[in-house]
Amino acid sequence: MAEIRRESVVNLALLTALGAAPLIATVLDEPYYVNLASRIAILALAGVGLNLALGYGGMISFGHAAFFGIGGYVTGVAAVTFLEGGVVIEWPVTIPGTDLMPVIWLVAMLVAALVAVFIGAISLRTRGVYFIMITLAFAQMIFYFATSWPAYGGEDGLPIYLRNRFPGVETNDPLIFFTLCFILLLLALGLTARIMGADFGAALRMARLNPIRLATSGISPFPVRLTAFVLSAAITALAGALFADLNGFVGPSMMSWQRSGEIMVFVILGGVGRLCGPVAGAALFVLLEVFLGGVTERWQLFLGLILLGVVLFARGGLMGLLAGRARHG
Amino acid sequence: MAEPVLEVSALSKRYGALAATDEVSLDIRPGEIHALIGPNGAGKSTLIGLITGWIALDAGRIRLGGQDITELSVAARARAGLGRSFQVSSLGMDLTARQNIMLAIAGRSGRVFGFWRQVNSDARLIEAAEAVLNRVGLGDRSAVAVAELSHGERRQLELGCALALGPRVFLLDEPMAGLGAGGTAALTRLLDGLRHEAPILLVEHDMDAVFQLADRISVLVYGRVIGAGSPGEIRASAAVREAYLGDAG
Repeated sequence: MAEIRRESVVNLALLTALGAAPLIATVLDEPYYVNLASRIAILALAGVGLNLALGYGGMISFGHAAFFGIGGYVTGVAAVTFLEGGVVIEWPVTIPGTDLMPVIWLVAMLVAALVAVFIGAISLRTRGVYFIMITLAFAQMIFYFATSWPAYGGEDGLPIYLRNRFPGVETNDPLIFFTLCFILLLLALGLTARIMGADFGAALRMARLNPIRLATSGISPFPVRLTAFVLSAAITALAGALFADLNGFVGPSMMSWQRSGEIMVFVILGGVGRLCGPVAGAALFVLLEVFLGGVTERWQLFLGLILLGVVLFARGGLMGLLAGRARHG
Repeated sequence: MAEPVLEVSALSKRYGALAATDEVSLDIRPGEIHALIGPNGAGKSTLIGLITGWIALDAGRIRLGGQDITELSVAARARAGLGRSFQVSSLGMDLTARQNIMLAIAGRSGRVFGFWRQVNSDARLIEAAEAVLNRVGLGDRSAVAVAELSHGERRQLELGCALALGPRVFLLDEPMAGLGAGGTAALTRLLDGLRHEAPILLVEHDMDAVFQLADRISVLVYGRVIGAGSPGEIRASAAVREAYLGDAG
């Protein structure tokens, strides 16, 4: 019980720090740091998505950048089409562009979920290293599709000239944009905690620990895994949609395999299957990238060393160091 | 005679030239313990695997409570009422005893896609799980992680998971495996009571327990049933003695 409380305290401290940093930066008139906090919140959200599959479900997806990129492209295509006053497709139904974030978010999650149903239905028939390779293969296919799609920028990507709108607020204000990202991160964390405490979470956990026991208890592992995979993809796609709006740009690099690796690093660095692990992981990653990257171009060497240290000596990742061993009591 | 609860007819499974299960037919009637004995490699675990659906069969039918379950998946057969325990404990090691039980209760009621209601504050579910744990003698160990339970306690929990399904029939694969004399005696008493909940197909090497518990015994050798009958008949059968009991004695 003490350890559960300790993890809650660490989670609360972590989220409070992330929420407070942009406020302080705004007071000090440092919008750069506000955007940095938005970047952390968005990448953490992508990690929260992957954590549901990788951490809780034991599905080591090496292709989540595809979903991240799908979210980004939905944002880019919707915004550019809206700006030009065109239509995304004309047949079978006419779909116009839009600059409304809630609509874009919903569509991004839906499209990613549909793709994830397809990818998951095939790749979840395999285990271990084959699953890793098949998810990577699908992500690479989508990556090359994006690079060879001239209508939407091809290799050069797609600039988003005007940040999309959210009804009632000025999204160009860095602090307001951060607040939107932060709220979505909190919602995703809350949803994850809720799901993992419910029947579905119990089944998903057992699908990772012992699928034979799960089936013997009358629950088929496959639909449980597939549902978690699809939810996971939708959350990561939401992060991708925000990322495109943060940068005002979306390109194939958003779905490169290196990006898949980065999202995995957030989860592993922070603590696999720990609620706020991806938040800790993404924060450390971005801070290293910015501050160590300012000193040396070779900052990833140090990231590698830290990752090595975490994997070898702190199996629970950063959360394991800060909050002790994971408990499922 | 009462309708059998579980009825397998002419089950066959070949691995190349080896007939692991050769036209095996047997049934389990209400209230009985039907023991399945035979030397190592006789195909007892294969037969359990075929009935529960882990191993695809080559031929034969399986009927449970009058319903043909031959084509159902492992999970669907469990929901239909096959409560199975494994020879080597197969549990969620990082989870508590109670969580293992609660999963089986959720599986029975088909509550897999509940995304909202919190398991840990579901008083009825917890109460049902505690009742099962009390039945198998783990009432005071419910919050302990399986990894920290003793071997004997894990055997009890295996049985509890099968019991939590509220099965029509128990398929118990060597529930006594690795237990000391005290543990075997306690489990024998427990199984004796359990048969009134649902009949039991018992695979067991402990002959004392088998002859004490069983109403009927089938003897499996090289994938074939070479004899079946009451414990007395099996003891007296020359063929069984030669094939099996002779070796042991």
